Amino acid sequence: MANPKEVELLGLWVSPFVRRVEWALKLKGIAYDYIEEDILNKSPLLLRLNPVHQKVPVLVHGGRVVSESLLILEYIDETWKQSPLLPRDPYDRAMARFWASVAEGKVLENAWIALNSEGEEKERAVQLATEALGHIEGVIKGKAFFGGEGIGYLDLAIGWVSHWLPVWDEVGSMKIFDPAKFPTTVAWAGRFVEHPVIKEKLPPRDKMVVYFRDKRSRIMASKSHV
Amino acid sequence: MAKVGEVKLIGAWPSPFVMRPRIALNLKGVEYEFLEEKFGGKSDLLLRSNPVHKKIPVLLHADRPICESLVIVQYIDKSWPSSGPSILPSDPYDRAIARFWAAYIDEKWFPSMSGIARAQGEEAKKAAIDQVAEGLSLLEDAFGKISKGKPFFGGDAIGFLDIALGCFIGWLRVTERTQGVKLLDEAKVPGLAKWAGRFCADGAVKGVMPETEKLAEFAKLIMGKFKAPPPQ
Repeated sequence: MANPKEVELLGLWVSPFVRRVEWALKLKGIAYDYIEEDILNKSPLLLRLNPVHQKVPVLVHGGRVVSESLLILEYIDETWKQSPLLPRDPYDRAMARFWASVAEGKVLENAWIALNSEGEEKERAVQLATEALGHIEGVIKGKAFFGGEGIGYLDLAIGWVSHWLPVWDEVGSMKIFDPAKFPTTVAWAGRFVEHPVIKEKLPPRDKMVVYFRDKRSRIMASKSHV
Repeated sequence: MAKVGEVKLIGAWPSPFVMRPRIALNLKGVEYEFLEEKFGGKSDLLLRSNPVHKKIPVLLHADRPICESLVIVQYIDKSWPSSGPSILPSDPYDRAIARFWAAYIDEKWFPSMSGIARAQGEEAKKAAIDQVAEGLSLLEDAFGKISKGKPFFGGDAIGFLDIALGCFIGWLRVTERTQGVKLLDEAKVPGLAKWAGRFCADGAVKGVMPETEKLAEFAKLIMGKFKAPPPQ
């Protein structure tokens, strides 16, 4: 069991990327110190630890610094062997990594663009996110979670869909997370947010709406001043 | 050991992303069938094997497709564990570092490379070239810290990060030629400049890294197609 001071996590309360790391640490029963970052006023600590991207989450383990949330998940899984997140079989591992990259690169990226744009740009982004979610709909194949009986790496990677995407849909006046189009994914999302470890670490919905609404206004305003 | 016919790779000779699994398979001594895609079209096999991205490379192992070049390289490493050296480092932290820089290369550095060709006008071109050079400077730093005086990012032998970056050397040299700039500059990035020579000379790389001349001709061909007037 890690000494609490030995594992530190720099994060932001509303970030789905930070949350997925906390879920992983909690699932494995790893104690850690959490340091909240003010993302509009980045600390010298963050800039020192992650000079390349200057983003959270950043995991510090006994002096070793790991950044990029999906990579942090792999590091956690390879360092603490209990409650494995990634499957053992090389092909299943490849599939988990592949689908995580699709969810990140095609669903999340486009959903974020759709949230913070309008007109043709928004429509196109909604279309791309929906298309990608359509591919993911088939992946779970009758299991309770993407990881099988229990939560795994791919559940944590796609987890943001369950709690953040509905908020983005509301703030962005769109409907990517559609139960009619994606019944399997929506059903999985319902199970995912009810899991005790996950539930404990979900940011409050009302605060999220305010945050993303405000962020959306600022992004849209900066676009019109080009 | 895989039987011939059991391992196939859908790809194309100019693609740096395709080069990655080819180098990995060579390091492991795995024989494979190279299914070359024709430029300008996508085969039915490719569309069936990679319906999400419709892109090369795709590895077919006993008819199961695996997509995304770095996912494929890791798959190869785990599937033939006792053949050849380990492609990924053995320590989880070293693995995290290697993956971090590989992700940086794919998400930040490579897009800046393709930005050079897309840049319109002298100023934009210079800005794009500066961005690539900046990235190489970061990678030079990383090389110093990670290689710890050894010939490759992976140490004594080529590893994951060598493959992730090395596959672009051919295209870097073409860019140097067409833009009249030095990117793998011995003065600015001495570690990487020497590493590039070692990488290209390695037995696992020699057969799959196209000659700069051939790549330059291919580049002219595709640029020509993009600049040609649209068909009536």
